[in-house]
Amino acid sequence: MYSSKSLYMLQLLKASDLGFSFLGADSSNISYSEDKITVHFINRDGDKLTAKGKPGDSLLDVVVDNNLDIDGFGACEGTLACSTCHLIFEDHIFEKLDAITDEEMDMLDLAYGLTETSRLGCQICLKKSMNDMTVRVPEAVADARQSVDMSKNS
Amino acid sequence: RWLSSPAPAPRVCVVGSGPAGFYTAQHILKHHGGALVDIYEKLPVPFGLVRFGVAPDHPEVKNVINTFTQTAHSERCAYYGNVTVGRDVTVPELQRAYHAVVLSYGAEDNRVLGIPGENLPGVYSARAFVGWYNGLPENRDLKPDLSCDTALILGHGNVALDIARILLSPLQLLRKTDITDSSLAALACSKVKRVWLVGRRGPLQVAFTIKELREMINLPGARAVLDPADFTGLESAVKDAPRPRKRLTELMMKTALEKPVEMQAGAAAPREWGLKFQRSPLEVLPSADGSRARGVRLALTRLEGSGDSAKAVPTGDEEELECGLVLSSIGYRSLPLDPAVPFDSQRGVIPNSSGRVEGVPGLYCSGWVKRGPTGVIITTMNDSFDTAQSVLEDLQGGVLDASPFREGFGLVESILRSRGVRPVSFSDWQKIDAAEVARGKAAGKPREKIVDPAEMLAAAPAASKARQLWVLSTCELYTSRKGH
Repeated sequence: MYSSKSLYMLQLLKASDLGFSFLGADSSNISYSEDKITVHFINRDGDKLTAKGKPGDSLLDVVVDNNLDIDGFGACEGTLACSTCHLIFEDHIFEKLDAITDEEMDMLDLAYGLTETSRLGCQICLKKSMNDMTVRVPEAVADARQSVDMSKNS
Repeated sequence: RWLSSPAPAPRVCVVGSGPAGFYTAQHILKHHGGALVDIYEKLPVPFGLVRFGVAPDHPEVKNVINTFTQTAHSERCAYYGNVTVGRDVTVPELQRAYHAVVLSYGAEDNRVLGIPGENLPGVYSARAFVGWYNGLPENRDLKPDLSCDTALILGHGNVALDIARILLSPLQLLRKTDITDSSLAALACSKVKRVWLVGRRGPLQVAFTIKELREMINLPGARAVLDPADFTGLESAVKDAPRPRKRLTELMMKTALEKPVEMQAGAAAPREWGLKFQRSPLEVLPSADGSRARGVRLALTRLEGSGDSAKAVPTGDEEELECGLVLSSIGYRSLPLDPAVPFDSQRGVIPNSSGRVEGVPGLYCSGWVKRGPTGVIITTMNDSFDTAQSVLEDLQGGVLDASPFREGFGLVESILRSRGVRPVSFSDWQKIDAAEVARGKAAGKPREKIVDPAEMLAAAPAASKARQLWVLSTCELYTSRKGH
């Protein structure tokens, strides 16, 4: 239906940070060479970390598989026994997430810096509609200090 | 040509290998490309309360051991078990060997009730009881008497719920956990079928959390006995409470109002547990012959103030509750480690500011000994990162001078050798670990913990008999010194 040139342009646009559909195309009608979902994480120090995952991967999987530098993330390895994978979502993404279970809410209740759009990353699985979303890693302690990193020093 | 030599790597020493020690080490190693971190531990085996405090039926909470193991395997990290800081090597000696010393040795003691009868047979600290079923060497001979039908746990925290759950859990659930064989055998003969958790204040002040409460409510073979009268008048306070407190209280209220499930004819009576509020212990009552506990005399209290800061004030009325087993679960407590380290005996912590020990440059603290003995692993994790940040800031800002040469373990090793102490390495621990896993396999358990320190050392290779005996005798000396 679409010429190969249009498909190529669609891929280019997707690869940029524009974040809108060209020609209103529904991405599910078009097959790309990889159906990866891009997620941006705003780290505690304000750094933006961008990673990709497959549909069905949890956000904990994305962090672990991409070796993202988020201190202490996922201590209990996705078993709902801690709240260290706590993430803050954009409103429009949050509204469309699968309903929270009592088990998740019990642990989320213990998280620091809880917000109206907080969820545990190990319970949120990637969907195509999440492509290019931004999630925020909450502050770990009440008074945020400028983090010191001397790992690049010899 | 003037060639500047590279600055020597900062050498950091961490005392304690529980979550506080490991998370502090992890954060320093990750955010400093050259720092070398040595972790000391008084037991041969690492991991502190993750191994000895977390309940056997909460294995997922112990997954943090994997990240700690990864840290221990870092080239710049070394583990030295079987070294008691404050006895085998002093803190001043460590300060001569390292640029920075971080104290993360936790809370090895417990608060006392301070009431008559507290030392009667049948009364135990929650800490000792938890240590007993989790295989902590110093509590292996506790032999708690479980021949009575009613147990009273004083305290409304997660430790109290853990003990209630272990006392009332069906054996087949416990059998597949890493609970010790000997405590499993004792629980198999236990007559305890009713557990009361008694607290000084009200439902809005409980310290336990909702996941653990839900677990108790859903415990097979056990029935929750909560009095709806305890919750009257709390509706508006609950409505305005933050979500965690609200959900927790609503769950208690819902459970209190639920009708008991119809009993099937011939079914065994379920075990029972309940919460009693606004009761403060005055005395543990002795049996007629004075040989053991038979009950607790309690003062009824009223609350002054509200929320977390509400205070329990005696009304003058009293009540007696019959029981044969009393568990005091009113908090852990840290002990001073070394005369060179300041210690606030009233608060039970090392005086500090963001983990920097007051008045002692180069000395830091993290975890319960820094903040007090409350919180779950994430609390300690965040706290440890905070202390690690202080160390890193001080290194970066020159407050901590890493340029003078420090010998690190090289210096400590000669001190230990002169005192006949042989440290256990991380690979030694992995041999002990493998032995425990192998022993547990036959019984379908994740591991069968070794509870005798001499056996632990025997499972670690190249431990000479003479040194083992020396360490064993000093272990006994150490445990008897605490007077338990």
